[in-house]
Amino acid sequence: MSGPNDNFDPKQVAALDPTAVDAAVEAALAAIAQAATTAELKAARHDHAGDTSPLALANREIGALPPQARKEAGQRIGQARGTVARAIAQRQEELAAAELEEALVADRVDVTLPVHLAPQGALHPVTTLIDEMIDVFVAMGWQVADGPELEAEWYNFDALNLAPDHPARALQDTLWVDPPSAGTLLRTQTSPVQVRALLERGVPLYVISPGKVFRADEYDATHLPVFHQLEGLVVDKGISMADLRGTLDHLARAMFGDVETRMRPHYFPFTEPSAEVDLQCFVCHGESVGNPDRPCRTCRSEGWIEWGGCGVVNPRVLQACGIDPDVYSGFAFGMGVDRTVMFRTGAPDLRDFVEGDIRFSRSILGGAR
Amino acid sequence: MKAPVSWLRDLVTLPPDVTTGVLADRFTRVGLTVEHVESTGSPVTGPLTVGRVLTFADEPQKNGKTIRYCRVDVGDHNDDATDEYPASRGIVCGAHNFAEGDLVVVALPGVVLPGDFEIAARKTYGHVSDGMICSERELGLGDDHDGIIVLPAGTAQPGADAVEVLWSSDEVLDIDVTPDLSYCLSLRGLAREAAIAAGVSYSDPYRQPLPEPHTDGYPVQIDGDRCRSFVALTIDGIDPSAPTPRWMADRLRASGVRSISLAVDVTNYVMLESGQPLHAYDGARLRGPIRVRLAQEGEQLRTLDGQDRRLDADDLLITDDSGPIGLAGVMGGETTEVSATTTTIVLEAAHFDSATVSRTFRRHGLPSEASKRFERGVDPQLPYAAAHRAAALLAEHGGGAVTAETVVGGAPAAHRISLRAGLIGAVLGTRVDQEEAVRLLTAAGVGVTALGDSLTLDIPSWRVDLVDPYDIVEEVGSHIGYDRIGLRLPVPPGGGGLDPVIRDRRAVLRAVAALGFTEILTLPFAGQEELDQLGIPADDPRRRLIRLANPLAETHPYLRTTLLPGLLAAVARNTSRSLTDLAIFEQGRTFLADGEQRVAPRPAVHARPDDALLAEIEAAIPDQPHLVAAVVTGNWTAAGWSGPAVKADWTHVVAFAETAAAAVGRRVTRRAVSRAPWHPGRCAELAVDGVVIGHAGELHPEVVRTLRVPERTAAVEFDLGALLSMANRSGAIGTLSPFPLAKEDVALIVDRDVPAAEVEAALVEGAGELLESIALFDVYTGDQIGEGRKSLAFALRFRGDRTLTDAEAAQARQAAVAVAVDRFGAEQRA
Repeated sequence: MSGPNDNFDPKQVAALDPTAVDAAVEAALAAIAQAATTAELKAARHDHAGDTSPLALANREIGALPPQARKEAGQRIGQARGTVARAIAQRQEELAAAELEEALVADRVDVTLPVHLAPQGALHPVTTLIDEMIDVFVAMGWQVADGPELEAEWYNFDALNLAPDHPARALQDTLWVDPPSAGTLLRTQTSPVQVRALLERGVPLYVISPGKVFRADEYDATHLPVFHQLEGLVVDKGISMADLRGTLDHLARAMFGDVETRMRPHYFPFTEPSAEVDLQCFVCHGESVGNPDRPCRTCRSEGWIEWGGCGVVNPRVLQACGIDPDVYSGFAFGMGVDRTVMFRTGAPDLRDFVEGDIRFSRSILGGAR
Repeated sequence: MKAPVSWLRDLVTLPPDVTTGVLADRFTRVGLTVEHVESTGSPVTGPLTVGRVLTFADEPQKNGKTIRYCRVDVGDHNDDATDEYPASRGIVCGAHNFAEGDLVVVALPGVVLPGDFEIAARKTYGHVSDGMICSERELGLGDDHDGIIVLPAGTAQPGADAVEVLWSSDEVLDIDVTPDLSYCLSLRGLAREAAIAAGVSYSDPYRQPLPEPHTDGYPVQIDGDRCRSFVALTIDGIDPSAPTPRWMADRLRASGVRSISLAVDVTNYVMLESGQPLHAYDGARLRGPIRVRLAQEGEQLRTLDGQDRRLDADDLLITDDSGPIGLAGVMGGETTEVSATTTTIVLEAAHFDSATVSRTFRRHGLPSEASKRFERGVDPQLPYAAAHRAAALLAEHGGGAVTAETVVGGAPAAHRISLRAGLIGAVLGTRVDQEEAVRLLTAAGVGVTALGDSLTLDIPSWRVDLVDPYDIVEEVGSHIGYDRIGLRLPVPPGGGGLDPVIRDRRAVLRAVAALGFTEILTLPFAGQEELDQLGIPADDPRRRLIRLANPLAETHPYLRTTLLPGLLAAVARNTSRSLTDLAIFEQGRTFLADGEQRVAPRPAVHARPDDALLAEIEAAIPDQPHLVAAVVTGNWTAAGWSGPAVKADWTHVVAFAETAAAAVGRRVTRRAVSRAPWHPGRCAELAVDGVVIGHAGELHPEVVRTLRVPERTAAVEFDLGALLSMANRSGAIGTLSPFPLAKEDVALIVDRDVPAAEVEAALVEGAGELLESIALFDVYTGDQIGEGRKSLAFALRFRGDRTLTDAEAAQARQAAVAVAVDRFGAEQRA
């Protein structure tokens, strides 16, 4: 206690008294610990670490001390302020974490609530299935052809080896445009598109033609006068029924997984030999046959589902399209799209396909809305 | 074709392991699809008994009927004798076609007849009727309900089980015979297929070919070339009362043919067995020579079914001096029908032109077993053998004898096909040994001459379907089975893939579905009334309707020219099912008459038609625009926890069109127009690049009222094909400026009828290159603006290749406003 400032007033610098500093620190730590919110902590920071807090005031007094006392007092005050600052920081972190925790809990929503941004749209199952089948063939490099639905008789019958009095014409009850003598009709099959493709695109030809077809048929649960077919046609050198079998099998597997197809002899004027193609049941794989305990609704426990018709293109059809049947051969196949939707989805009534009830198209959305 | 298995086994000896099930399976495998196997057992349960009528008494009733009270001996089932009656049962019967002592069929109490009709003792007409005396129809044996069944004397003892007497037990294959396999419309043809399937030999009972013409018998003359041959056998001395043997009646019934009389039954039996249609004329009723000729205009014929038919000059007739006596190959006439007094028959077995028979039976709506066979093709060598088989049966069961025969015409020479044996394996895609092919063809009756790889085939007369080499490939292929063919995936030459138009259509459909629209399909038929309901004027192109010759419904005889009626009907249907929030669409072709209807030529098919002919065909096919249309009604989004409902309105159908266009890189521009069926003040014409593609807006209130669809229902329809043809598949991407955005808002007051889109276009034009985007954010009408005026507020956003100064942004804004002011007298709102 010597030097130029000997005459300081001990009362004035009482704040520098070690006991007082300790007390201030203690008070600060207590207040910090008691702060339950960041707002309270902010108040405690103001009271105990702010510009007017005891420690700040004490710090300001250091300059008034004799030089020999300054160091010691400086260290003491510095340590005290450091302790308080660290305590505040630590408490701040704790409180912020707790408050975030609370906020996150408070913010929670019922994530299962329905979201209604827009109405639920859907494509018709026939459109979707045609797209799927198109993709199978396009992936192999085939083309897709389209043609008129109101068609010339020549394309629909004559060019397909159905002469005017051919008995098979009667099998497909035709919707004729008035008068029938004008030779136009609603196509009974998508095969006329194939004739057009042969005439327009020539050979080699690998083409499918999906679309609407028309018959003067009943309108009931299993018949529609307007339905959809997908036909395929290949004309190239060296094409045989093995190519037809391979293609149908590929289509079946692409659409239904691990299933087989089989062909049974049949008759169509535009193919020779002709066959019907059956699809192995993709649900029971034939296990329901002769097994009354495990009946199968999809194949009616027959193990096979009638899928479509097919065959080797009749050389007369090639001739009508100006293609030499001694050089080129081909195969054709066709199946009903609506029927395929039916056995694939279990849809029980074909009338639902064309009556426009929105539940029908939306059914394949996984039950949304 | 129904084939009783017992009959097949009579014609071919099948090994015992070829059961009916095996046969059905093998038939199906070669393309003779067996739809099902039926049993011909009795459909009756309970004590159906043979009875003998001991006595009866006719008792007139007040209702005018006379009933018979019969005492019937039913053997062990009799009641004990009483003072009044011997041992018997009392039965009331309404029929009168029996005498005392006749054997009848009695259904005793406890019998259940077809149709779940249970017989019980009941009191009627003052007696207890203790059973029923049965007719054919009541037992499901036939249609005959004119009287009860009277069994031939000595058939069985009273009390015997009548089921054994009436039904034979047989199995029947119901086969779907495809149009090419005409020879399988006969037991003879099916028996040959059964023999091939079982690997046994087959002996055809109808081998005798058509002999040289001779005219010793009934005179026959053929005019023209539509009747190839005509065999007429004269059979005398027939006992008209001779019954049809039971086995024959059973087989006919099992084949779906009614037993009528011995003569008729024999012709039907031989037709089923051989495939040759036959007709029996009453020899006493024929007048002069038989002549086969075409009908003359105005001629008439009453056919066996009692109908008077006005004949067409294309109808082939059988005639005699009295005029037409039959429609060749279709149905006989009434005047020469065999009857219960016929003792002389002239039996016809002829070969008629298939196309002629086909047209005639369709023209007169008279499909018959005979016409079906002629249409598909009958063995031209068959008539003589079939006629003699029938004569033999008549002789055996009716006592007649052939006294004279006439054969006119002949059969063509056997068809011959030459092919390389290698073609069979090449087309089938599997190895077929020549030996195997020859064996299968020989079994089918084909005469095979092999010279190295070259086969010369003599086609049997009944195989009218075997015409060219590919038919032979099928004949062999179907018999070796297609399972033997391996799998091969053919490889296209490349260059295929999804057509851009189809890809774009897919993009459009998926975009509008994602927007919230549900696709539906409707039938494309239309009626005038639907267009009337939509208020479509008479001169509108949508009235250019194409009519069908044979519409499915008289209310919808046309093809649609617009998709809207179908969609609006679907709205009504959904609404009636309480599905009231709807956003639905349909895409598909419509059909527009071209004015003058042209005839589409039908060129020959032996070679490619020339381009001029193809163009002529094309010219006859009308326009078929591919349209898409959508309708919205109810709520666009329903009220929910997150907010109130949004009503569906005209903006949603405009959004449909904009979304569709955007999916193919295009923008739709709109202007107000008036067009049915839309509200005249709420209809937008839609255009892409100045090309009008369709319309959108709210429906006219009158249309809404007429169709009873919800108010404010809105609809859009446009030409999808036209939109797809304008698809933009590239677009342009410029430098993306990183500099700050300058925001300038502007409110302009214009006349109420000035379209916002045009004001916006003016601003865009004036703003210049610095304008990055523009958006209309407010439309205001009210007192502050003045009557007939509106305020449009736009947010303009500018950006340059540097940070724009406030002055530069303000200048661009003023330039934009200046054009709007100039063009519309717009006033800038403070």
